Amino acid sequence: MVSSDLDAATGKHLADKYAIVGVGETPYLRGAGSGRTTRALGTTAIRAALNDAGMKASDVDGMLSYSGNDSTFSPFLAGDLGIRLNFYMDVHGGGSSTEALIGIAIGVIEAGMCKSVVIFRSMNGYSQVRIGGTGARSAVPVSGDQIHSRAYGWQAAGQMFAPTFLRHMYDYGTKPEQVAMVKVAHSQHASNNPKALYKKRMTVEDVLSSRMIVKPLHLLDCCVETDNANAIIVTTRERAKDLKQHPVLIRSVVGRCCKPRIDMHYQHGPISTVAGHYAKEILWPNAGVGPEDIDVTGSYDAFTFTTMLQLEDYGFCKKGEGGDYVSNGTIQLGGKRPNNTSGGHLCEGYTHGIAMVIENVRQLRHDVDDSCPVGADGRRQHTYDYSEGGCRQVKNAQLSANLGWAMPGTGSAMVMRRG
Amino acid sequence: MSLQGNYLGMGLSVDDLDIENIEYFRHCAAHDFHLQECTSCKLVRYPPTTACPWCMSGESRWMKVEGKGTVHSYAEVHHAIQPAFKGHTPYHVLLVDLDTQKGKPSEHEALRVVGNLTTPDGTLATPDQVARVGIGTRVRMVFSDVSEGLSLPQWTIDEAAAQPAHPWRYPE
Repeated sequence: MVSSDLDAATGKHLADKYAIVGVGETPYLRGAGSGRTTRALGTTAIRAALNDAGMKASDVDGMLSYSGNDSTFSPFLAGDLGIRLNFYMDVHGGGSSTEALIGIAIGVIEAGMCKSVVIFRSMNGYSQVRIGGTGARSAVPVSGDQIHSRAYGWQAAGQMFAPTFLRHMYDYGTKPEQVAMVKVAHSQHASNNPKALYKKRMTVEDVLSSRMIVKPLHLLDCCVETDNANAIIVTTRERAKDLKQHPVLIRSVVGRCCKPRIDMHYQHGPISTVAGHYAKEILWPNAGVGPEDIDVTGSYDAFTFTTMLQLEDYGFCKKGEGGDYVSNGTIQLGGKRPNNTSGGHLCEGYTHGIAMVIENVRQLRHDVDDSCPVGADGRRQHTYDYSEGGCRQVKNAQLSANLGWAMPGTGSAMVMRRG
Repeated sequence: MSLQGNYLGMGLSVDDLDIENIEYFRHCAAHDFHLQECTSCKLVRYPPTTACPWCMSGESRWMKVEGKGTVHSYAEVHHAIQPAFKGHTPYHVLLVDLDTQKGKPSEHEALRVVGNLTTPDGTLATPDQVARVGIGTRVRMVFSDVSEGLSLPQWTIDEAAAQPAHPWRYPE
């Protein structure tokens, strides 16, 4: 693939032309659950994002969402909030959707179809449709092509991805205690995130002694299912100038980039390589930066292994050295390039990736919502003391990379920079 | 005609328009493993598809394929989520490189056929058998009969084959 083939899509023509200007979310809940419909959760998150941006309902005329038939569609949320739409679309999908939809938002604004787009994901992933596929979804009849997987008890995400994870251990000698460090790092970050559902700091021993779900995944290698909604607003850099927040500019986007034979991607190996291997050939040339330039990453942590595999295949370390990369201190706050400073899906809550984009927007604003004292200007005075309950702002963060994961064969990505 | 069946309490069905899957399972029901061979480029493909992933041809013929291969990777499930499998943990989902067409048309490609580890009669394997199998284990295909016209291809340890001294398994 020649990167210049793709410059018309983003690259030199559109890099830095679009911005994320508003972000918002509901609390992340388990236990009794949200007690609200996905419609109510969604309107709460969108209202929060509009308030964050300093926008009125009439400032937004585009809407995008993603779901797996477990949410409410855009027209209801727009109607509730008095937003008149010039464009909307509700797409099917989970992880990897956020970055892809940001690319679509840029495209429709560029085409003159609307002027700004709010993207939301609203789900009762704990109290209604369980994201892990347990409950009612686990017992539905199996038909057609699904027989080649579900009839073999190969259905939940962890079950489907396990051959990739094990083959990486086989091919490269990756060790369970190395990968467990992803949970250790993200739990440290979560302890400094008042919004996080799981704030307790975990050890490698905690992970490896938790019960086995599907080898190589222990319970604590797996993310947490929660009820929540999240929203972000995309508009042009020009419009962003008049809004409330320091703009965060989009440098490049990759949307649902796939490995060959995506109908059954295991047919085409190496199976220990994931979609980032292909996506990085779009992401970095179009962004005009490389992995070495990035200050903070948001590598999707449906499982500890997904974070590791993506960081490796996007080139943050050499192929096969992901186990070392995630366990040598680099990805922890205070390290060279922290990952998922919110605690991510392993600890903060599960949103199919959108919360990881929100976290990096706040990082690039230099205004993550930790427990640091708020100054007279209404902004937090960050201490950069990363001990438990302390700061989680990455010092002088200028560039971020989000690496979204649908499954080993499909991923999305985005580079953002502080405006 | 559509296929219907009940396997471990789990409903299975193939729609009558899905002629590729119906033909695939019809051969399995006769305990014969057949895959589509492209009439144009002669490559064999798995699972059943409506066109050739290498040359786009829509024409294919069903060809008998030997059900022997090597475990490429696996999922060893200890916490089942589907009711059908709750009583059968731990169970193996095996991804098996068929000997047929391995390494073709490119080095990292193979016909990687999914199945559970079972006993030779197609019953889900015991925990002892699960513990013997890892990457590199030689396996042969057997079938679990579901209903008329519908059997599932499965894998059992190929006791007649030379086995690796230590197939690779997740460290205990």
